[in-house]
Amino acid sequence: MTPGRVSPRLSHNAMRHWNERLIEAVLFLAAALSVLTTLGIVYILVSESIHFFARISIVDFLTDTQWTPLFDDAHFGIMVLVSGTLVSSLVALLVAIPVGTTIAIYLSEFAGSRVREIAKPILELLGGIPTIVYGYFALLVVTPILQVLLPNLPGFSLLSAGFVMGIMIVPYIASLSEDAMRAVPMSLREGAYAMGSSRLYTAIHVVIPAALSGLAASYVLAVSRAVGETMILAVAAGMQPNLTWNPMEPAATITSYIVQVALGDLPHGSIGYQTIFAAGLTLLLITLMFNIVGQWLRAKYKENY
Amino acid sequence: MPNNTTQERLKAEARGLNFFYNGGIQALKNINMPIYDNRVTALIGPSGCGKSTYLRSFNRMHDLYPGNRYEGEIRFYPDDTNLLAPEVDPIEVRMRVGMVFQKPNPFPKSIYENVAYGLRVRGERNRRMLDDKVEHALRGAALWDEVKDRLQDLASNLSGGQQQRLCIARALATDPELLLFDEPTSALDPIATGAIEELVHELKKRVTILIVTHNMQQAARVSDYTAYMFLGEMIEFGKTDEIFIKPKDRRTEDYITGRMG
Ligand SMILES: Nc1ncnc2c1ncn2[C@@H]1O[C@H](COP(=O)(O)OP(=O)(O)OP(=O)(O)O)[C@@H](O)[C@H]1O
Ligand SMILES: [Mg+2]
Repeated sequence: MTPGRVSPRLSHNAMRHWNERLIEAVLFLAAALSVLTTLGIVYILVSESIHFFARISIVDFLTDTQWTPLFDDAHFGIMVLVSGTLVSSLVALLVAIPVGTTIAIYLSEFAGSRVREIAKPILELLGGIPTIVYGYFALLVVTPILQVLLPNLPGFSLLSAGFVMGIMIVPYIASLSEDAMRAVPMSLREGAYAMGSSRLYTAIHVVIPAALSGLAASYVLAVSRAVGETMILAVAAGMQPNLTWNPMEPAATITSYIVQVALGDLPHGSIGYQTIFAAGLTLLLITLMFNIVGQWLRAKYKENY
Repeated sequence: MPNNTTQERLKAEARGLNFFYNGGIQALKNINMPIYDNRVTALIGPSGCGKSTYLRSFNRMHDLYPGNRYEGEIRFYPDDTNLLAPEVDPIEVRMRVGMVFQKPNPFPKSIYENVAYGLRVRGERNRRMLDDKVEHALRGAALWDEVKDRLQDLASNLSGGQQQRLCIARALATDPELLLFDEPTSALDPIATGAIEELVHELKKRVTILIVTHNMQQAARVSDYTAYMFLGEMIEFGKTDEIFIKPKDRRTEDYITGRMG
């Protein structure tokens, strides 16, 4: 082979190599973009929060029992908003986890393929309804019905908003949990049936334990959805800050506060403006905490089949 | 039927058994065959001939999937019930007929809970009773000494051979009358295989055994009776010695001597 000339085969390889490099670069850019966006958000949250905490002590922020950042007598007790967020999320999960898991068990272990083929798209459709629609559904339908059962229930409440938020989350849990349960190998079910167990016994004692890590993952996703949900709470839970653990009361949440304040025209750099970022950072940390718990659960109950 | 079986007691008998998979494929064709009490019966035959299909009829495994259909009977003794009768609950059948699968399939539970599983299904709550039966079953499966100090460990931490013996213990714990094995050693190394074979030999004192195997030596070693199947039909059934030494059917001879399958 004459030196200096590339053989046709090699040059072909070089070409392919070049192509692969290009694809690799595009993929890398796409990945980098999402990482950079995340870092950017964190950077802004943290830097604006630093200004906030330069003025308000972290101890006050965590222990004050009032949240009145825009009043003359301003208080910055984030627990007021955190309580609303946690109570509404808890109500949502108490609805969504049992209902979603039951639907998943039914679809995965009992329903025939026909039923499943119809039910799954409907579930996914439910997941695509805009949350503002759920919000008004809570305010105009669910609250009046709940008021029949609970005459003391006010027109805005964490209970009603949380309940509907639970309904909104059901499709996520049902769909992801069903995937996790269907991934359990048939040989495991056959082993259980061969021991004389019924469908329900098999589902509860063999399939669910085998799918536990997937179920945990779906629950953690549900928590993230609930904690971050905004419109349903803004519409149906009332937006007045209220430090309460009682779901029968109206209250603002971190998200509904942010949307409320962000809609007004607060001057940049004002303390009111900075509360948005402090509240946002708190929300981020709560979500992060649940995600860490989720990772830990997944590792603990990794598929052992 | 062999005629020199006067002292044998019937445990089960297939009579005119046909089986159709969903979609109508006939996988078993008019099978007639006795299963003798406290004996090991081996099912041999080339891949796809219907051994598993036949075996899984005994515990109504096919009922788990829609569209499957049985014809004919499997009589089960001493009470002479037809296991395949529509009015017989498959769960009742599986309470009496245990099964060990090709690939070990321990449940995602502790060793103890795996063995106790069938007892719990049957409503056993008494802790002492459970402990006793779990130990007895693990001893029966020659696994007790290896696991007695780690009963609360996850079953998935055991080796493949241990897992298969655990599955045998799980099946034994409920005292089945008939135990089905579908190629129980095909996923195991020779030493683990030897242990299972020895176990099968030991177990026939307690339970009647029907075992599918691809391994001719294994059939010869562990079984008292052997049935040769081909294309969904039962070609020949007889004492293992006779089948292996002087098979009556040409097709059986071809298979055993390795000219086929
Ligand atoms: N679920 C099913 N649906 C339709 N046909 C099936 C199904 N399972 C098995 N069959 C067919 O039934 C016939 C018998 O299969 P079976 O699994 O009983 O054979 P086998 O003797 O156990 O074979 P192997 O030795 O490979 O395990 C084969 O032709 C197979 O293709
Ligand atoms: Mg088979």
